Amino acid sequence: MAEPTVVSPGASRLRRARGKRSHTAIGWAFMLPFGIVFLLFTAVPIVASLATSLTDMRSTDMRTPFGVDFVALANYGTLLGDSQFLKAVLNTVVFVAVGVPLTMLVGFTLALALDSGIRRFRTTFRGLFYAPVVTNIVSVALIWQYAFNQSGTVNEVLAKLGFAGPNWLGDVHLAMPVVILLGIWRNFGTAMLLFLAGFQAVPESVLEAAAIDGAGPLRRLWSITLPLLMPTTLLVSVLLSVFFLQVFDEPYLLTDGGPLGSTESIALYTYNQFGFGNFGVSSAASYVLLVFVVVFSAVQFRLLRPRS
Amino acid sequence: MMPRRVPIPLLYAGLVVAAGLTVLPFLWVASGSLRGIGDFQSDPGAWLPSALTLDNYAKLFRTAGFGGYLANSLAVAAITVAGNVLGGALAGYALAKLEFRGKRVAFAAVMAALMMPFSATFVPQFMVTVNLGLIDTRLGVALPSLVLPISVFIVRQYAGSIPDELLEAARVDGAGELRIFRSVFLPLAGPALATTTIMSFLASWNSFIWPLIVAQQTSTYTLPVGLAATQQAAQNVTDYGLVLAGAVVVMLPVLALFGFLQRYFVQGIAATGLK
Repeated sequence: MAEPTVVSPGASRLRRARGKRSHTAIGWAFMLPFGIVFLLFTAVPIVASLATSLTDMRSTDMRTPFGVDFVALANYGTLLGDSQFLKAVLNTVVFVAVGVPLTMLVGFTLALALDSGIRRFRTTFRGLFYAPVVTNIVSVALIWQYAFNQSGTVNEVLAKLGFAGPNWLGDVHLAMPVVILLGIWRNFGTAMLLFLAGFQAVPESVLEAAAIDGAGPLRRLWSITLPLLMPTTLLVSVLLSVFFLQVFDEPYLLTDGGPLGSTESIALYTYNQFGFGNFGVSSAASYVLLVFVVVFSAVQFRLLRPRS
Repeated sequence: MMPRRVPIPLLYAGLVVAAGLTVLPFLWVASGSLRGIGDFQSDPGAWLPSALTLDNYAKLFRTAGFGGYLANSLAVAAITVAGNVLGGALAGYALAKLEFRGKRVAFAAVMAALMMPFSATFVPQFMVTVNLGLIDTRLGVALPSLVLPISVFIVRQYAGSIPDELLEAARVDGAGELRIFRSVFLPLAGPALATTTIMSFLASWNSFIWPLIVAQQTSTYTLPVGLAATQQAAQNVTDYGLVLAGAVVVMLPVLALFGFLQRYFVQGIAATGLK
């Protein structure tokens, strides 16, 4: 680059600008591998998804994606008129409304137990409770299917206790609780870990002072630990809400959304429409979900920022 | 944390019960995978094998194609980990330690990628992959996860703790930026790269929907896809032992890794609050 070598009041500014420019090239060169993958598999798809949701694209148009017709908001209209989609929205709300608080409760209880003065085997327990999070969901779902079969392990235990067990996964009312239970089992380890980290923010001295003043364990939990833990609690609730909003694996593998669509989530609906070849409708449904997730995630990052 | 509350023995008893319930499915599947077909027919619900056998595992690899699935899973994981360590280190370092125009935009891109739900992007991702001619290839299975935003994020968080003076000293000595990255930063970045390796291996190994979409022939199936297919095929013949052995093969490597490297897993989660 041929920069004019003038000695003037602007020279230092120029030199700085040049230095910055060369850094800019280097900075973006470092960003390149991430940038390419981001462009191809996040940026382009997110725009393409929105565009697709406004067209009548079907699987047959895949190699000529620009030859489709613009249908404006017709796909979104289709969604609103599709009782199965509305059911999927309702199911997703149930997943979040039931799954998130219960997962938090289990995670919080275990974190509290691990942080109540035990020394030995603490890491072992923590590891065991976290194991479901890292376990492959296909394997786990398969175990649950066998366990909740009509003649599965759960019913066998019930039979020994003198109860006739139902066909859990084939029952319109019972399938959902089992699917949610799997979601809880799979996620409580994450909640536990984050609560354990959050407990660090509760100073021992304050708790001791309260104990000396005569506050009992429950009182200390309620009046000191919980208020000080509020940022963590918020973070965990938002994080889990994002997980449960996107719930796909659990219903797909356990029930395939059945029976009669009673466990179909929005994400699973999206996938099914893709399978039927209705790319336009599928993209529209995915955008509805995206709006939910982005709102929750934005809240999550706002909560995370002051801590990092 | 709290002085004088629940008696310690009671606490241990509760924890043991909870841990027992958590690991019960693991024990059940391990036990079932060691039972023969005849064993299942005589008593489907038994908790323990009447006789231990490795037949199911032998059958998995000899006739059920698990050798191929395992090779695919390992290859996809290797590609994914290599891409994430390299791409994550470069981008994470740049975001933490280099000043450049558009850095805020670049960081916003990482954040956007972090929160993007899979269901909102997979249809166009599939079309991109089709048009790149990578459907039914290992690279196609690995591609969308080649540089995960979480990897960039982990390295960036870690690089923030490395003092600028160290890099500045090398700069004064006349070292180029790539040289500084390679000779000063990388040797110090071990823990972050270990966490990145583990997180991206985990993501790749456990990935299910994307491989299910991209791998259309059994020759490109990864383990989870192969397991799901095996389960469907075995439903007619009720070969439970085979399917349970498959489940063990799929989950054991990650659980073993987790057992040895719990610290890095925990750091990865705690650093980001994400899976």
